[in-house]
Amino acid sequence: MIAIVDYGAGNLVSVKKALDWLGRDTVITSDRAQVAKAEKIVLPGVGHFASTAVLSRSGLQETIADAIARGVPFLGICVGMQWMYESSEESPEGVGLGVLRGQCERFPPSVKSPHVGWNSLQVDKRSRLFQDLPSSPFVYFTHSFRAPVGEQTVACCEYGGTFSGAVERDHVFGVQFHPEKSGDVGLKLLKNFCAL
Amino acid sequence: MLTKRIIACLDVDAGRVVKGVQFLDLRDAGDPAELARAHSSSGADEIVLLDISAAHQRRTTLLDVVRNTARQLFIPFTVGGGIRTLQDASAVFSAGADKISINSAALADPRLITEIAERFGSQAVVVAIDAARDQDSDRWCAYVHGGRTSSGRDAIEWAREAEARGAGEILLTSMDRDGTGIGFDCGLTRAVAEAVRIPVIASGGAGGAAHFVEVFRDGRADAALAASIFHFGFSRVSDLKQELEARGIAVRWPC
Repeated sequence: MIAIVDYGAGNLVSVKKALDWLGRDTVITSDRAQVAKAEKIVLPGVGHFASTAVLSRSGLQETIADAIARGVPFLGICVGMQWMYESSEESPEGVGLGVLRGQCERFPPSVKSPHVGWNSLQVDKRSRLFQDLPSSPFVYFTHSFRAPVGEQTVACCEYGGTFSGAVERDHVFGVQFHPEKSGDVGLKLLKNFCAL
Repeated sequence: MLTKRIIACLDVDAGRVVKGVQFLDLRDAGDPAELARAHSSSGADEIVLLDISAAHQRRTTLLDVVRNTARQLFIPFTVGGGIRTLQDASAVFSAGADKISINSAALADPRLITEIAERFGSQAVVVAIDAARDQDSDRWCAYVHGGRTSSGRDAIEWAREAEARGAGEILLTSMDRDGTGIGFDCGLTRAVAEAVRIPVIASGGAGGAAHFVEVFRDGRADAALAASIFHFGFSRVSDLKQELEARGIAVRWPC
């Protein structure tokens, strides 16, 4: 069972729909016990970094951190990926999971924000998430904040400078774009995650 | 590089796509779900479904149509037409839409934009503006009720307000060009694109690839939407994208 963590922000239907299409058992849940026994965890994200504050208040953050420590594969999507960092400029008082070092930041004023649409990635060939995908696939983004490029970056994207399109460390993954909305490329990426 | 989006629009009346369709390989050319899928595999970057049914028959069919269309669609999916309240929007999102498009209801009560954006995020709120040139005042006015009534609002000023209230994108239709096939209104599109920081989708007037090149270059549109050009079989999205790429426009191709 894959747990899609519901923390009351935005619309989780499309993530579930894509995983269902791939024939996976999924549940949208905010129940700690259910998240704790999931074989994989997906943290979707739409909206504001501040909405992730619910995760620490409800104890879900602890549940997720425990699961990651036990080796359960984890995928953060969009704000879900940003939450894997220590913090975000979007909500300076908020604290992320901190499995990745650094802070998410705003786009520079030289480009329109939010960054909306299909952009290409430069993918690191060693990435497991992008296995059997082209080296510069197009994926769908919609976000106003972004994560810096770091050691864990496995896909870079260009928009007002280079940022992390995807990160990967051991069994912990994050994607700034929406695989559930990125056509065949996105479905293949989700399939790779499911197959871990 | 961030690409220019090509958006296919399905006008749906009582659950069926209208405006004649000539996708040869479709079992049922009036079925929104099948047509959306065909556009997606042909390279459309996004699908917009616009419900143009009369109000009384709308609610019963729309949610089923959205559900069926969304089930097998893995690119962004926007639904518009008759969304008047947060509850209407919630129901459409639950049925599988990624974004909703609002027009008349937002002009009647602009707080609706903020209300939906706060609950579902700005990325999920598209404000549609139907604009026409007003000969007397030499400006563009925003129209409501399918373009039948002038709202009295200046289209550019309304776009700015919509952005400030939380809209994530503007879907800008030129009523002067809609259905003509003589090209998008690049002047209008550029005026709005320069007035806001959020993406602007140009609509109305697409007749061929040259029109898309114009509206991306001169009109500064981030995306362009068309309905009849794709439905009548003049141009598959894939043909259009190949041509745009050859003319130096960054598009998602091959996809």
